[in-house]
Amino acid sequence: MLDLTKLKKIIRSIVATRDDEIGCADCFRELDRFVELVLDGKNADEALPLVRHHLDLCGDCREEYEVLIEAIRATV
Amino acid sequence: MIAERTNEDWLQDLQGEHAEQAIADLREILLRGLRAALASRIRRDLEFVVEDFVQDALLKILANLHTFRGESKFTTWAHKIAVHVAYTELRRRRWHDISLQEMIDSFEGNDFTPAILTDTDVTPEDKTTRRTLLAFVQRMIDEELTERQRTAMNLVVLKGIPMEEVARRMDTNRNALYKLIYDARQRLKRSMIENGIAPDEVLSEFED
Repeated sequence: MLDLTKLKKIIRSIVATRDDEIGCADCFRELDRFVELVLDGKNADEALPLVRHHLDLCGDCREEYEVLIEAIRATV
Repeated sequence: MIAERTNEDWLQDLQGEHAEQAIADLREILLRGLRAALASRIRRDLEFVVEDFVQDALLKILANLHTFRGESKFTTWAHKIAVHVAYTELRRRRWHDISLQEMIDSFEGNDFTPAILTDTDVTPEDKTTRRTLLAFVQRMIDEELTERQRTAMNLVVLKGIPMEEVARRMDTNRNALYKLIYDARQRLKRSMIENGIAPDEVLSEFED
């Protein structure tokens, strides 16, 4: 059964749904480019909006993105 | 001191007569990155664990050099693979002895919490609206989604369990699971709109 918290989560995920979403494989393919734009201070969200949207929706990819940023920062 | 290399240098060195040195250099770079990124996330045996991940990542990188498209620095691409290898394994370890059924049964304690009914800030009219909406969404989920879509939505969207681990237990992969959930979200969205309910308006009403 749903409660209010769960209902909000579902509605949020429905509101975020768009027709041109990419999956995890496509996101992974573009992730190195996306991360370099972020680290260069460029507008990665604008350059690769579908990657940003996927990262907003997919916890696994978002987690890897955040760790990737940290890993690269530690080596430059 | 690690030699500066262009992308072309990396590809050439890793496959040429300097392969041993290039692999050692790449290993060092990946170790440094993962060690720093995982230090706050792994409590025990960090060095040992990270070395393991980097070893696996190197094998994967060397086997997939032909897929590097040159759209980023080679080392960024390599870090990406190392992080993916590390997180696939970390998630597997974290969830390894938990079955699909246990995932479904978990965190169910507050499922029947009547948050809407006990919310003292809302007016009786709002309560009725919310109750009606809850019932509607519940019915959509029961009637419009397949059993697999319901399970996936429940575990990933509601419970926040990593997709990779849910996918493993549902005999699929992360990409296909994302698609399964995407189709479910599309279906629910369409159904709401067909019933004259605008999802974004509903959300803003609830977020107040």
